[in-house]
Parts: sequence; structure tokens; C-alpha cells
Amino acid sequence: MAAESDNEMEMLPAAGPIAQTVKDFKSDQMVRWCPGCGDFAILATVQKMLPTLNIPREKYVFVSGIGCSSRFPYYMNTYGFHTIHGRAPTIATGIKCSNPEMQVWVVTGDGDGLSIGGNHLIHALRRNVDLKILLFNNRIYGLTKGQYSPTSEIGKKTKSSPMGTIDTPINPIALALAAEASFVARAVDTDLPFLGEVLTRAAHHKGSVFIEIFQNCIVFNDGAFENVVAKDVRDEKMLKVIHGKPMIFGVQRDKGIVLNGLEPEVVAFDPANPPKGLLVHDEKAPTATLANLLGHMAEPVPQGIFRAIERPTLHELMDAQIDSAKQAKPADLQKLLNGPETWTVAA
Amino acid sequence: MSDTSIKPKPSQLPIEEIESAVIRFAGDSGDGIQLTGMQFTTTTAFAGNDLSTFPDFPAEIRAPVGTTAGVSGFQIQFSSRQVLTPGDAPDVFVAMNPAALKANVHDVKKGGMILVNKDTFNAGNLKKAGYAVNPLEDGSLSDFRVIPVELGRLTRNALDGMGLTATETERCKNFFALGMMYWLYDRPMEATLKWIETKFKKNPKYVSANHKALHAGNAYAETAEIFGHHFRVRKAPIEPGVYRNITGNEATALGVIAASSRSGRPLWYGSYPITPASDVLHELSKNKNFGVKTFQAEDEIAAVGSAIGAAFAGHLALTGTSGPGIALKAEAIGLAVMTELPLVILNVQRGGPSTGLPTKTEQADLFQALYGRNGECPVAVVAAATPGDCFTMAYEACRLAVKYMTPVFLLTDGYLANGSEPWLIPDASKLIPFEKVPLPPIGEFKLYKRDPETMARPWAAPGTPGYEHRLGGIEKQDITGNISYDPDNHERMVRLRAAKVNKIAQDIPPLEILGEKKGKVLLVGWGGTYGAITAAVQNLQKEGHSVSSVHLRHLNPLPADLGDILAGFEHVVVPELNMGQLLKILRAKYLVPATGINKIKGQPFKVSEIEAGVKSILKGGK
Repeated sequence: MAAESDNEMEMLPAAGPIAQTVKDFKSDQMVRWCPGCGDFAILATVQKMLPTLNIPREKYVFVSGIGCSSRFPYYMNTYGFHTIHGRAPTIATGIKCSNPEMQVWVVTGDGDGLSIGGNHLIHALRRNVDLKILLFNNRIYGLTKGQYSPTSEIGKKTKSSPMGTIDTPINPIALALAAEASFVARAVDTDLPFLGEVLTRAAHHKGSVFIEIFQNCIVFNDGAFENVVAKDVRDEKMLKVIHGKPMIFGVQRDKGIVLNGLEPEVVAFDPANPPKGLLVHDEKAPTATLANLLGHMAEPVPQGIFRAIERPTLHELMDAQIDSAKQAKPADLQKLLNGPETWTVAA
Repeated sequence: MSDTSIKPKPSQLPIEEIESAVIRFAGDSGDGIQLTGMQFTTTTAFAGNDLSTFPDFPAEIRAPVGTTAGVSGFQIQFSSRQVLTPGDAPDVFVAMNPAALKANVHDVKKGGMILVNKDTFNAGNLKKAGYAVNPLEDGSLSDFRVIPVELGRLTRNALDGMGLTATETERCKNFFALGMMYWLYDRPMEATLKWIETKFKKNPKYVSANHKALHAGNAYAETAEIFGHHFRVRKAPIEPGVYRNITGNEATALGVIAASSRSGRPLWYGSYPITPASDVLHELSKNKNFGVKTFQAEDEIAAVGSAIGAAFAGHLALTGTSGPGIALKAEAIGLAVMTELPLVILNVQRGGPSTGLPTKTEQADLFQALYGRNGECPVAVVAAATPGDCFTMAYEACRLAVKYMTPVFLLTDGYLANGSEPWLIPDASKLIPFEKVPLPPIGEFKLYKRDPETMARPWAAPGTPGYEHRLGGIEKQDITGNISYDPDNHERMVRLRAAKVNKIAQDIPPLEILGEKKGKVLLVGWGGTYGAITAAVQNLQKEGHSVSSVHLRHLNPLPADLGDILAGFEHVVVPELNMGQLLKILRAKYLVPATGINKIKGQPFKVSEIEAGVKSILKGGK
């Protein structure tokens, strides 16, 4: 007899449009982040985006680890699991592979996802588990009240580094690319329309999604990204990468990126006379070379989708093996118990 | 189905009827000792004897050849009566090299037979084994009947002209030795011949070589008359039915597949390779046709994490490892306790602490299972008593986990995991069914509203409309499951979680007492020591001592009738392969002055050790 679930888990996705609004995704729990925290904006953006996907809310599960950002699931009126520090990708893997109909989002932070949970993050990504991993990067430990994190800049003075940190920070995008994530992106908690676009693309992606979201911790690391994300500088300091589009930025859109040897270089851009070798973004490139180039670029700081490729997901591969095993050999429990050799003891 | 009626070749030499025998094979870990042992086991099972085996091998895959560090052993006891252990001391010991002799000779019964592979007793090998003088020549083995056989040379002669390389020929010598043992115990060779055919199907040269070696060894034993006579062990009076041979790890895997099948919930097994638990992962990954999802995780924590996720999603979820892995999983097990999800945690115990003795057996993780987490963190704990019992207790662990919505520890050990015994195959359709508790109507659904009988909370899997909820590791408010930091609520929840696990006692059948219900000494055992304790108690009872025993398969909660049983005896004695863990629990819970018989050598109890311990207590020794 095959082990088959016969209940609610087998339900098919709804066919027609579903009348769901932002309200349907808000739980009855009071949101307890510090006033002015960047997390509010991200939560609101997610709650606004989900009704557009036409998936009933019971098909969503939000999984988190430990940290400020990890309170996220409590505020979503979906299924949710606030797990333990760093381990959210493991629990999410179990959920997704057990019930592939669920759309599984993982909410983590720079401490949770890159320090204590760094190992799980890379393995979830390389396996191409169909998870949408949102890493809220505020470059500080907030919930434990202000220690440096694995993304804190070197030399940063915090409660646990009064003389400045001596640890080289991790580059989250480069790490995700090295781990073979099939979708790698960056967005900012102050540019919500663009964040919404990236999240929507992520929702539709099949495979491991990794999005680094620059998120401001107003209490312990206020203004961590201000030098690039502030409204008055962001068009000059950040580059929006869009598939198939040339890499142009600047308030006047007068700068472009070309390659100088193996390094990107900012050059003047004049539409009437475009510079030779202006880079055009290709998120579907079979190798991660261009994505890596962007991932390491510090001036301007790129945002958008660095890489989005298709490859089989873990649950698909797992189910395919089970299907082929079932076809090759029907599940007969008695036969299994009997094993290869039996003998009979007569009465 | 194999025919047990195949007659051995008639021999002119006398046959002595014996009741039981213990034999041990030992050699380099590359000598095919485990394979030889398993072949002897299968043949013996088919011959209708009861039996028990004990493979004992080094942690190194190929330790330096010829050294005592690389010695691999396999012991079997078989009998025309009930067999409970692999036996204390071998009657016959087959040593493939000097190192094997050196590492094992102290165990062999005085007057017992030692068959040595004489070819290997050269200066180099003797030195590697640490012998200054050749033990075959210095009279140090005068307590034994030593039979030197040139296994290498004889095998080479037998296979001469078959076109095998020297190495290939050398590899056949274990079958030559096995052929000799088959003659010695008057065993048919058909099962092994057939096995060789299947195993080397793609290489007919190896089929004929191994067949030839087996036959040659058998013929040599007879014609050279080296043993003088041979033995016959008659069929044992075994409960009628269909049997197979099974190891503990195989039985564990079958138990959870059966539980998955009977519960209608697909099985998730999250695991990270670790000795001696890896065979469970291998076994389960072979059976994907049962819908089994095996996940070889990046580490122990990911393994348990994935299982918790699968449990949340409505699967039957299992994670398996050995003690060091449990240490890593501790925080996640706490999460499963807090979120009250059904999760089975398998610990195939090995010698500890730290890396300890990976391939050796021990029972020192009972406290770890009971207490090895932060906070007041109760879990149910069950333990298997024999290799075959691993099936029953694995099934039981799954059933309790689902029924009570709780993590359940399943403790086995290296001895059970790799040891084997004939197993009366259960009727799959008669396994205890899993009850499915329907969810309350949507309006009445509260995440932590408990079932009055089991105190289990409802298990609403993601995907179910109307039951959306958030689980987590922060303290739960009673009934609603919302986050709560309220002091009174915390104390209530701590007590509720403990009370729920204690409720499981209502599911535990009355203990079976071996012997009188009242008397001088009661032995209380748990886990893989069952065979040794039972055999010791039977022997002591035959000698007229007032000794009884009970064996615990449920360690948390303890069976409800245990206290009354303990009260019926003057002495409570607890044999354990640790420094006295169950002992401390019994003393603390029942306030009895119990005494331990303890062994921490990485080896199972010998029956004689338990008998001696009990006798010393009876004499008024401690």
C-alpha cells in the first residue's frame, strides 16, 4: 500500500481569480517593531503584493529564524513558522518538499541567515529548493541590542567592537551566486514600488530565490545605507539592472557601465553617441559571470535581479524519483517485510 | 522461499549432537569477515536453529593491514533451544591472521578450537600484531585446540588454472574457510552457493572460483580429517511461522515505513551520515516506491529541521543519528516540544562522549534523550530490546508521536543495529492502526486546544483553508497558541507539556515479569541488554535462585505498574552499559535502594557477567 495523503494537502490551486485584499493577509497580532523600522515597509509591500498573485492565502507559509525580521510570520494571516536561530531554510525545505503546493517564503536577517545559518542558506540555494528567501540586511544585530553582524563594515564600532570590528564582511549577493541560487536580487526598503516589482518576480520564480533587502535599523544602525539609498543621492549612487536593458544611471541618465579589462568602469553616456561596449544586463546568462561582476560592484551599487535562471527544483527531482520508483516496483508492504529470503518453521 | 530439507553430503566421520555452539570469525577488515559471518547466519537460519549474531568492526574502513586496530569480527550463537545473545565465549574461533588471534584469543572458551590461517603467521605479520614469538610455536595456546590450516596455499591450489590474479585468488580464501565450517557443523551449502551466483552474476569467473573455494574447503575438512568429527545442532523449537533474518537497523527502517503506510502519511527522513545509524538512511532511500522522502541534509541540525518542517506539513517525520548528532539537534527538538509537533528522533547509540567509540555499543544516551535540552523539555522515550524489536518500537514511536502530538525518542544501539536474529515476519494488515483525529470545525479551531483524552493539540497542515496559524518557539498562550510572556501562563504550559507526555502511560501495556512476582532479586533492564539479562535470569532460575526480571521498552513515561513490581523484591538490580542512568531514575522516582551492574567497554554484556553480578548481590556483596 502506498503512503498517500488523502486530505487537505492534495487540494488543487483555485482556478478563477480570488477576491483577496491586503486585509486578508494581515494577522490580528500587534506589529512590534521599533517605530520607523524598515521592516514595516517591507511587510506592507509583501502584504500588498500577495493578493495580486491569485493564490489563496492558505497556500502561503512564511518561515523565519530568530531576529527582528523573523517576527514577520506573526503579522501575516497565512500559515507561518517562527523557528530557531539560523535554521529557517531547513524547516522551509521540509515544508516545501512535503507539500509542494505551498508557496514558501523565508524571512531572515544578516545575523540569522549569514552567520548562524550561513550553512543552511548555501545548501538551500544550491539544491534549488523552491523557497523565496528574503534577507533583511541592516548590518547590525538589532534584537540583541547592537553587536556587529557579518555584513558590518570593517572597523565598525559597536557594543561588542568598541575598537572597531576586525572581521571582513560577507557579500550576500556574491555568496548566493556562489551557492548557485537560481534567482538573486537586491532591493531597498525605501524604494517600495521597485521592491514590489522584485518581489512579484520572485513569487513567480520556480526555484531558490535570494533577495538582499537593504533595511534600515533606526535604533542601532540608523542610516547604514543612507549614502547610497537617500532620495537625493540614490539615482547617482545606485544602478537599477533590468534584463535586456543597457546599464545606465544618474539623475540625468548620463552615466553608463563598460568593461575595462575585467573590471566595470563608469563612463559618460550620451544617447546620441553611446559609448562602445556599454554593458547590457542579462539575468538569464547561463554562467554567473555578469551577475558576479554586478555583485561585487561598489560604485554605483546595483539593485534589481542579478540572475534568474531555470533549473529543476529539489521537490521536483525528489517527486520524480519517487514516481519512477513507484512505477518500477509497486509498494507492497508485506513483500517489503518479507525481504529477500524467508523460511518457514512448521507447526 | 528456501528449502530447509537440503541434506548435507553424507560423511563417514562421526557426528556429535550438541545443543548449541558459538563461533567467531575474525580477520583484517578487508578479509570479508562480515560477509562470511552473514553467510553462515543465513545457512544456520535455514537449518532451523535459533540464533543471534554480533558483528564487531573497527571505525577505520581499512585500518593498517595486519594490525590489531584493523581486526573485524563476527560472532554467532546458534542452538536447538532459544538463543538470546551471540554467546559469551566462542567454542570455535577462526583467525585469519596473527592480529585477529591476538585481539580475540582471550575471549575463546578454554578447551575451545582455534582454526588459524597458518600462511599468515610469518615474521612480518607477527611483528605487526605485536607478537615477539610465534604463538603457534611457543606453547601459549596450550589451553586450546589449535588447528593450523594453510588457507592461502590450499585456496591457491584449489583455484589453480582458473586464470585468476593472485589478489583475486586471495579474496576467495574466506569461502574456503566457510566451507570448512559448514562441514564442521554439518550445514548444507546451497544457500551460499546460490548467493554467490546472484552476487557475481556479471562475473561468471568469480562465481566458479568462489563455488570452488567453498567446495574445496568443505572437502578438505572432511578428507583431511582435521577436525576428527563434526557436530550437529538440531532445529530449535521456534514459534511456527514465516521468518527472515533481520538486523536492528533494517527493522527500524521497516518499522517506520510500515507506520507511514498504515497512517496514510508519507514518510520524511532527514538525516546526516553517521555510524552506526547510516544504514537506516540507506535502507529508507532504497524504498522510495513507498513514497519515502529521504533527505541527506548538510548537517544534523538541517536534518532535524527538515523533519520538523515535514511534520508541520503533515508528514510522518523522522530524523535519525547517533549521540553526537543528537547533541547538535537539541535546540530543534526543543522547538518540536514547544510547537507540539509529532517527530520521531532515532538515536542508534554508540560509545561516547564526543566521537567516542563510533562502531561500539553503549547505552549512555538515556539521560541525553530525557534531559539533554534547555528548559523543562519533556519528550517520550522508547527503546528496542532486540534487533527484531526495533521494528515494533519504531512503529510504536511513530504511533505515539502522532497520537499525542509530541516528539518521541527511539533508542537503539550499535549492538542491535548491526546484530541480527531470525524475525517472525508480522502480518502487515494486522499492525495496530493509526487513529486519525478530525480537525474541529473552523469556528472552533484553537491551535493549543487539547484533546481531552490525549492532550494533543489539533494538527492542521498548511494548505488547509480556514486553519491558517503561526507556530513558533516563543512560549505559547494556553488554548490560543499566541505568543505569551505571562508568568502564570508559562508555568501552566510547562506543566501541561509534562502532563501530556505522562498521559502516554495509559498506552503502555502491563509489564511482563520473567519469573515470580515477588522474591529476592528483580533485574530491571532496558534496550539491547534484553538478551543477556534474560539468559542470565533463566540460568539463575534453573540454579534455584529467587531472581526475576522486567525489561522496559518505555522509558518516558515509565510503565504505570513498575513501582508496584519493584516493591515486591528485596533487591532491585539494574544492569546497564553505562554508569547507571536508569538506576538513578529508578532511585529518584521510586525511592528504592537499587544497585547497578555496569559495563562501559563498548561491548555488550556477557551472560556470565550479569550472573556473577547477581550472585554477588545474593551473597550479600553489595
